[in-house]
Amino acid sequence: MRREPPRSLADYAPIAFPAIMLLVFFVIPFSTMIAVSFFRRDPAGFYSRDFIFDNYERFLSAFFGGVLSFSIMLAIVVAIICVILAFPFTWLLSQASRRVQIVWLVAILSVLSLSEVIIGFAWTTLFSRTAGLTNILVWLGLMSEPHALMPNFGAVLTGMVYQALPYTILVLYPAIVRLDPTLMEAARTLGSSPLRSFFNVIVPAMRSTITATLIMVFVFALGSYLLPQMLGRPQHWTLSVLITDQAIYQSNMPFAAAMAVFLVLMSLAFVGLTLLVGARKGAEA
Amino acid sequence: MSGLQLQDLTKRFGSVNAVASVNLSVPQGTFVCLLGPSGCGKTTLLRMIAGLEEPTEGAIVLDNKDMTGVPTHQRDFGMVFQSLALFPHLNVGENIAYPLRIRGVDKAEQKRRVEELLELVRLPGLADRPVAKLSGGQRQRVAIARALALRPKLFLLDEPLSALDAKLREAMQVELRQLQQSLGITTIVVTHDQREAMTMADLVVVMGEGRIRQAASPIQVYRKPSDAFVADFIGMTNLLPLKGNGDLLGRSFPSLGMAVGPRGGHLSVRPEDIRLVSPDQGTLTGTVTFVRDLGGTIETFVDVEGTSIVAVTTPRERTPYVAGDNVGIHLPVESCVVLKG
Repeated sequence: MRREPPRSLADYAPIAFPAIMLLVFFVIPFSTMIAVSFFRRDPAGFYSRDFIFDNYERFLSAFFGGVLSFSIMLAIVVAIICVILAFPFTWLLSQASRRVQIVWLVAILSVLSLSEVIIGFAWTTLFSRTAGLTNILVWLGLMSEPHALMPNFGAVLTGMVYQALPYTILVLYPAIVRLDPTLMEAARTLGSSPLRSFFNVIVPAMRSTITATLIMVFVFALGSYLLPQMLGRPQHWTLSVLITDQAIYQSNMPFAAAMAVFLVLMSLAFVGLTLLVGARKGAEA
Repeated sequence: MSGLQLQDLTKRFGSVNAVASVNLSVPQGTFVCLLGPSGCGKTTLLRMIAGLEEPTEGAIVLDNKDMTGVPTHQRDFGMVFQSLALFPHLNVGENIAYPLRIRGVDKAEQKRRVEELLELVRLPGLADRPVAKLSGGQRQRVAIARALALRPKLFLLDEPLSALDAKLREAMQVELRQLQQSLGITTIVVTHDQREAMTMADLVVVMGEGRIRQAASPIQVYRKPSDAFVADFIGMTNLLPLKGNGDLLGRSFPSLGMAVGPRGGHLSVRPEDIRLVSPDQGTLTGTVTFVRDLGGTIETFVDVEGTSIVAVTTPRERTPYVAGDNVGIHLPVESCVVLKG
């Protein structure tokens, strides 16, 4: 294809549609949020136009710092667990027959159609004392009496991994299906057992896909605000929970906006860091 | 007996016989070409030998040891794949050292062996090059070096040269043959290119529909094909219908009738064996329909009783005919092969 620099205004026409979409659905809402984050809160009404740093100042405390680091830590742990579970699963799925693959993918898609609320309530029941999973253990004689498995960190983690796992699989699937199947066979003819070949050849060959998937799941998990409330204690609440709380229940839009801006900046920083580390590793190899 | 034996090797996919009771004995140090059209089962046969495909029936025996149930990674066979399957995350040296690393060979020894192998495939000093920065021919050599790193007992190659352009392919054929002879390693190559097989092989195994049609030296496969399929697949040939009573294109040859039997068959004559003579002198007569003058050789197509016969001559022998000429065709008895069925 020949590429010439655009000369007339009409030459820019093809990018008009994406530009408008980006403007309407990203630039305008995000700019509004940044602007609101500098506004002054009006306890009687909503907020008044101003340019103050109070909202950011309030955020710079040990409490919010703790919540922010917990949110990021939780999203990282969810991303890592999801990829560790989804990668071998997707690889095994790619080895199965076409029909088996379709059945699994349809099942995964159906999990994806469940809302966060339904997932939350389902796990609340499963972790409860009266109707939960421990009753099965009691019935099997492995436990003397049923326990409640929530609210705690494990419950939050389980719920969020459950929610993010289908996304992880669907992101990994196209790349893994395209992987040259003879790579694994070659490793086997060179004296490497199937398990070893998987870790020695398949995982490193898919390094960039794995990095991209980690980032995607991290960002996805960072936005979760219902599951931590339903399955965790207040100390397991993420920044997204506090943002919702400030915006909706405390009617403090400027402070909620400031926290949201901070969260976006922090997650961008993490994504950038991951890409940087990935690029450096790629350059070494 | 040392060497490789395939005994009644069969592979069925559902109700399809991909490979049907193959029996083959390959002496130690032989270069074998599995040759056939696509879908003839040659790749499946190679994959069974490598252990990548489990045989439905039969046995694979190497040096009197039954290898049939041995997993691929314990077989000690080197294999080069059609895709080459070089590991994209490793550089040239690391690719070649991969099998050594798996075996726990120490670092210094790995380095020494990698250099030795790169020397062997004529790529000295390229150990630190990323795989993506290699040309097609260089990748080919790296894949060969990697497969030979463990000094395998058996060297398997699945259409190894198919990705290369014609000139490089011919050069690599010669090189591969010389490499095999210097190492004395038993080698099996899958190919659909009969020239490749003729260039490299001690033993050509022609396969069709999952069966071995003929296994013999290249020249014997060419000169004495066992059936019409082999005669047609190896090189250019004229397959002339021969009736049981000895009728060949309207002429009667009772002695050929005796040889072919009552059910009839074909007479195979190579184009370069046919001599074009004046119309009254030939075994058969016909009309020239087309002349392809390729400079080095001239192909003359002659129509005899509705059957097209091609003769190949060199310009030195005589001036080309032109379409419409009447010619006689002389079929030398010693180079004609009678094929039954």
